Amino acid sequence: MERHGHHPEPISEVEARVRALESLLYEKGLITPEAVDTLVSAYESDIGPLNGARVVARAWVDPDYKRRLLEDGTRAIAELGFGGMQGEHMVVVENTPTVHNVVVCTLCSCYPWPVLGLPPVWYKSAPYRSRMVIEPRAVLREFGTEIPEEVEIRVWDSSAEVRYLVLPERPEGTEGLSEEELAQLVTRDAMIGVAKVKAPAAAR
Amino acid sequence: MNGIHDLGGMHGFGPVTVEADEPVFHADWEKTVFAGFAQLAGQGLFNLDEFRHAIERMGNARYLTSSYYEHWLSAYETLLVEKGIVDGEELRRRASQLSEDPESIPRPQPQGDERLAPRVRTLIQRGASTARRVEAPPRFRVGDRVVTRVTNPRGHTRLPRYIRGKRGTVEMVHGAFVLPDTNSRLEGENPQYVYSVRFEADEVWGEHADGGRSAIYVDLWESYLEPAAEAGRAR
Repeated sequence: MERHGHHPEPISEVEARVRALESLLYEKGLITPEAVDTLVSAYESDIGPLNGARVVARAWVDPDYKRRLLEDGTRAIAELGFGGMQGEHMVVVENTPTVHNVVVCTLCSCYPWPVLGLPPVWYKSAPYRSRMVIEPRAVLREFGTEIPEEVEIRVWDSSAEVRYLVLPERPEGTEGLSEEELAQLVTRDAMIGVAKVKAPAAAR
Repeated sequence: MNGIHDLGGMHGFGPVTVEADEPVFHADWEKTVFAGFAQLAGQGLFNLDEFRHAIERMGNARYLTSSYYEHWLSAYETLLVEKGIVDGEELRRRASQLSEDPESIPRPQPQGDERLAPRVRTLIQRGASTARRVEAPPRFRVGDRVVTRVTNPRGHTRLPRYIRGKRGTVEMVHGAFVLPDTNSRLEGENPQYVYSVRFEADEVWGEHADGGRSAIYVDLWESYLEPAAEAGRAR
């Protein structure tokens, strides 16, 4: 490698700002690489929508659990070992043939991390946050989710420190599936409320 | 404050764009920024409400043209400089030096506090609830008709603009939580009951053309609400 006249890869303005702040905070001992790794690996590897899917699948197969889940979401979710940062106070709202629930945060991007992981970019975006409260049907249609006129849409604007999880309807034709198989069907989008859970044949 | 962050009900942002197979982080710098919050707030350098307010203060145009984790970065810069934890001049000097030559400041080989990682792990697992016990009973009960205050505070608030001056029905009493309006200014936690209030779409948007029934549920602190003067009849 030629050392002389070596030009390192240029970095963006934001990367330079991050590196600058990072270097100062490392020097002051206010952040550590171990803590960074702990946080990043937790949300990259351990905490994601499969947690929420397990909650939903359990509720589908166990009516008693479902009752507890709708009564006290935080406690019932903790029964499966999930909870913590940005899920300290959970409310679970149930979709039925007459009610469809969907979650948004118009003021920032509040999201139930312990059960869904970190939010996707679209959830944090201006179009989603501005439009979901004023034209939920139009936004849902963009996600391919058609909600009939007579079905009431409930939009949950998580403006405080309570986080919402949608309990989707169990699709028809899944009677023979195990709890584990059911969990595999449940998507992040269905638990935000922008999609429905599809039966295996239609899920492909 | 009536900032651009308060997006509910605005027009003109176009369709929702969904990225297929989106990764949790899009770049390494996002990981650094994401991991900053739990460490810095976890050590008490700022609270969640200060952090949100710092994002709101970044400027409306910049807010819209920068990404989510840039919002976080901007809040760290603002708060750490305001609190004198980081020198603003030094921060700018290093950023411009790194822009010129990214290798001019080596990636750190730090010996930070080794207790920080376990503390952060505990925070992930247990969270940091802002629920508080208050002696007084809740002012409102499930089924009560309420109206949100018309107010335009310059500071931080969690009363979205689109819902101010609207009538709704209390659906849930969540318990008492730290009040963001004062906590963001370090003027005390002032815990108050938070209510899930249901607003009919027609009440909020008037001539509403979304083509069907809908309602919005917003979580609101007690001081954002007044009893509705109308003859009280639950929906």
